[in-house]
Amino acid sequence: MVTIFGKSLMLLYGQLTLGLINGAFYALLSLGLAVIFGLLNIINFAHGALFMLGAFLAWGLLNYAGIGYWPALVLAPLLLGVFGVVLERLLIRRIAGLDHLYGLLLTFGCALVIEGLMRNQFGSSGVPYAMPPALQGPLNLGFMVLPRYRAWVVVAAAAMCLVTWLLIEKTRLGATLRAATENAALVQAFGVNVPRLVTFTYGAGVALAAFAGVLAAPMNSVNPNMGSNLIIVVFATVVIGGMGSILGSIVTGFGLGIIEGLTKVYYPEGSATVVFVVMVVVLLLRPAGLFGKAA
Amino acid sequence: MRLTRRALLGTAAAATLPLSRARAQAPKLKIGVLTDLSGPYKDIGGPLSSECARLAFADFGAARGLDVEIVQADHQNKPDIGAGIARQWFDRDGVDVILDLPNSGVSLAVSGVAKEKNKIFLASGPASSDLTGKACSPNTIHWVYDTWMLAHSTGGALVKAGGDSWYFITADYAFGHALERDATQFITAAGGKVLGSSAYPFPGTADFSSYLLQAQASGAKVIGIANAGADTVNSIKQAHEFGITQTLAGLLVFISDIHAIGLDTAQGLVTSSTFYWDLDDRKRAFSQRLWSKVANVRAGMSQAGVYSSTLHYLKMAAEMGAAQAKADGAATVARMKAMPTDDDCFGAGSIREDGRKIHPCYLLQVKTPAESKGAWDYHKLLATVPAEQAFRPLKDGGCPMVKS
Repeated sequence: MVTIFGKSLMLLYGQLTLGLINGAFYALLSLGLAVIFGLLNIINFAHGALFMLGAFLAWGLLNYAGIGYWPALVLAPLLLGVFGVVLERLLIRRIAGLDHLYGLLLTFGCALVIEGLMRNQFGSSGVPYAMPPALQGPLNLGFMVLPRYRAWVVVAAAAMCLVTWLLIEKTRLGATLRAATENAALVQAFGVNVPRLVTFTYGAGVALAAFAGVLAAPMNSVNPNMGSNLIIVVFATVVIGGMGSILGSIVTGFGLGIIEGLTKVYYPEGSATVVFVVMVVVLLLRPAGLFGKAA
Repeated sequence: MRLTRRALLGTAAAATLPLSRARAQAPKLKIGVLTDLSGPYKDIGGPLSSECARLAFADFGAARGLDVEIVQADHQNKPDIGAGIARQWFDRDGVDVILDLPNSGVSLAVSGVAKEKNKIFLASGPASSDLTGKACSPNTIHWVYDTWMLAHSTGGALVKAGGDSWYFITADYAFGHALERDATQFITAAGGKVLGSSAYPFPGTADFSSYLLQAQASGAKVIGIANAGADTVNSIKQAHEFGITQTLAGLLVFISDIHAIGLDTAQGLVTSSTFYWDLDDRKRAFSQRLWSKVANVRAGMSQAGVYSSTLHYLKMAAEMGAAQAKADGAATVARMKAMPTDDDCFGAGSIREDGRKIHPCYLLQVKTPAESKGAWDYHKLLATVPAEQAFRPLKDGGCPMVKS
């Protein structure tokens, strides 16, 4: 049997695949954060809570309205996107232009309130969400048994990342968004409604979190802590990738997933820390992040 | 300041629901339920634990004219925070006894504080057998279960059934390591082998697939799940999802976990518990009384333990008088040990000099969906380990209080 540092190659393949799956979530969530930060300059600490709400929304749609997984994959992001728009209009707008810290505290507060309410309502063990029948069952890859659903997660997340990247980098809408980031006053002078654009962007970022939430729902139990467990790593991903860089978030997300996966084989106790070690090293060598532009 | 404010809020919130009866002559007994109100162990202890303490007061204390106040706080699974709340409760808020405490790490810290302040700690939530072993204390009674008992009952049964090689997935803190250590002892003593283990970061791990694949690759016949609460739920669900065919040993599985996993996935799982609500008439009666207060949920063993320990404490306080019971924690605990226990949840029992509460342990199997009559009808009884065999023999614990 071929081994690398005492671990069989088969086992490593398995771990790399799992790393990719986790990476898909890091990428998808940090993408939403990067979009919001890049275009609105807001550090959205509520992102994890919104991700969790997305999962609960899918659960609620199924249990109260009988709406299954596939429609929920579209509906939940739309509904939560609307919620994001309301959040932006009601609260976040009021602190536009203030120091980053205000946005951070506001969104962090929102996250605590949302998570507290959900915990109060649903407990901490969470609620089960059944897998869609079409994606049930295992896929035998030869070196491991991969649940069909997890393969779908990687594909769906990668596709969503690609679509978002194309939208922002290659379309006219994306060009306008980027221009508004550079110089809002000038873009407004050209007749673009910049405040509405900002609201829409926040809503879209929230919808991305909800999409990730629905994807996550059948994997682990849907529980109020699922977002806060993830959000710190996701922030590290954004920082490593370069604040606001779309491509940086995607590449870093998948990359960190793989690094974490390998750590789980060689030194499991360190798997919660390795992402931050990478962050420290990257910040020391490239303070703007891997894909960030130096200020 | 976070700690003090939080504790203050918890205390203030609980104080709005007082259970006190105005009796000017007897001093008030203050009971603090220190539990997980926000993390992975909330459904093992949490608000239902406080409810169980209130039920014990309603069942016994109220009629005896005892003046009791029950407060609760969240230890957040952090030993420093838990010990901080305990200090504040004992020093400033006049709390006499701390209950529940799911999380062995926090419990070991709080046990130390209770001894230092000469107060009382009735531990029904934590698992580590060290609480009655090298870390035993004259102020602490370990009420419900421990890692030795779980390993002995579940581990012993599985080794006997042919599961002679193990791989552990272990929560990386006091409890996980104690459980792995105690189980390993039984496995090797029975001629089995432990092929390896993965200690994962606690709390904060939701994805166990990596550790499960390593366990699978090890070729072990049994995968020992040395964790609790939400972590157990995720481990078992994911093992099912990744088509893992080895026997899973759920070394510590609470009924709330099975409720969350669902019978489709959990069926057949062998586990050990000292309480299951549907085992006999007294247990059913207790569960029914609790159900009338909090519907749609059944207490697990550590919550039942809060009821049982509160009841025993109140009986002692009624016998000694509240002022006496408050005066000297160690003396009260010594008298609690001398008095036999008896309650609906655990039946007749006793407390050993090392602080170990003794009662039978049940080897249970999770029913199939066809066998279950509905929500919370989850277990069938495989075997009963008699009280005197269920726990580690007194002489083997290494408790300095035990004179050989």
